[in-house]
Amino acid sequence: MSPIIMISNLKKAYGIFTVLHGIDLDISEGEVVCVIGPSGSGKSTLIRCINRLEAFSDDSSIVVDGVTVGPGKALAKVRAEVGMVFQSFNLFPHLTVLKNVMLAPMRVRGTKPAEAERKARELLARVGIETQAEKYPGKLSGGQQQRVAIARALAMEPKVMLFDEPTSSLDPEMVGEVLDVMKTLAGTGVTMVVVTHEMGFARQVADRVIFMDGGRIIEQGTPTEIFDNPKEERTRSFLRAVLDH
Amino acid sequence: MNLLNTFFNIPILIDTFPLLLSGLLVTLEIGVTSIIAGLIGGLFLALVRLYGPGPTPFLAKIYIDIFRSIPLLVLLIVVYYALPFVGIRFSPFVSAVVALTLVSSAYTAEIFRAGIEAIPHGQFEASQALGLSPRHMMVDVILPQAIKIVIPPLTNNCINVLKDTALASVVAMPDLLKQATQAQALSANPTPLIGAALIYIALLWPLVSIVARLEKRFGREKRP
Repeated sequence: MSPIIMISNLKKAYGIFTVLHGIDLDISEGEVVCVIGPSGSGKSTLIRCINRLEAFSDDSSIVVDGVTVGPGKALAKVRAEVGMVFQSFNLFPHLTVLKNVMLAPMRVRGTKPAEAERKARELLARVGIETQAEKYPGKLSGGQQQRVAIARALAMEPKVMLFDEPTSSLDPEMVGEVLDVMKTLAGTGVTMVVVTHEMGFARQVADRVIFMDGGRIIEQGTPTEIFDNPKEERTRSFLRAVLDH
Repeated sequence: MNLLNTFFNIPILIDTFPLLLSGLLVTLEIGVTSIIAGLIGGLFLALVRLYGPGPTPFLAKIYIDIFRSIPLLVLLIVVYYALPFVGIRFSPFVSAVVALTLVSSAYTAEIFRAGIEAIPHGQFEASQALGLSPRHMMVDVILPQAIKIVIPPLTNNCINVLKDTALASVVAMPDLLKQATQAQALSANPTPLIGAALIYIALLWPLVSIVARLEKRFGREKRP
């Protein structure tokens, strides 16, 4: 079976500053991949290229579920199948929690309102927010907002979920509730690519951990390989810095 | 008292009041038509300026800059008195609406653009990531939020358009000001002008205070 995400020679530059130096990466269906690395290593840019929130060099190629990610019509198809959760939630503040989750299925998939609502309530229950459905996002805590954002992405029934530092802007006591939802999700067979600083989560949930630095993949392997027996000096020094304190 | 008889001559005011009211009706017709057309034109221009293909954003910018630079009175006189020389003849009503709409669209476009640009980038990214089409992103996510931001400046623009309708009197439009000056000539007394001024104030004061209240409310919401 071919991988669900195939990235080859992914290059990205802002002017003269190169963010990604030709990344090659294949991700299998159902795989949970955690991308770790220092700030500015290009890990967020990498996953933002997968649904082309960032444009990338023309000689690069990303194929998601058989569809080439590029400008034009096919992009809508890719985006409908790739859910994304952002560091800053990005819920729609003028819509209730319920409407936030219902919007995309109705507009993109043409789901009927009653069906969209049933599905939305089911998803909100799954992330533990069903009692807040009629509230506006501004009334919710950060952790609750992020769980709504996960439900909103899941409402499109995506094959791939991208998480861009989903817990980085949360108060510490709310990190757990979001990670718990993500752990449950990881067990459902959806492909997940998670950029994170939560090493405990990566160790526990990831099938594969990727360490990036300076726009390159330095090392990748199982959590045990990366966390207990890193081969590269840069991986070792990064892990020492984040784990030993 | 002489002053009272000159400026607040009640019998003359009562006599000319129906005339003033018919003028007010014309003023409202010109104003409301121009405001609605200006809103539609302005939204269109703003979207072209922000997202139009090829050279269209540049053309929209040129349009906006020109019509914000030209004095409305000059534009109105050009439309009514100069265009007939090239065979384009508009009635006074159409001339007034065209001139007001051309200018109002330019101002409204800038208001809408500022409103859309004030929406955080994450809202656009979240919409795109969900697969929403550009049209749905605008209609369902961006514009509802932007419109809330632009209501106070748009209301301000409405006030300006309503005030500027008075310029239509120079193209022989029987609006409130024109009727008042005619009534003044007929009765040889300035009371109708005072009456017209009071009607303008009565019409616009509520709008002005609504703007003040909206600005205060939205200003507060921004600082939670």
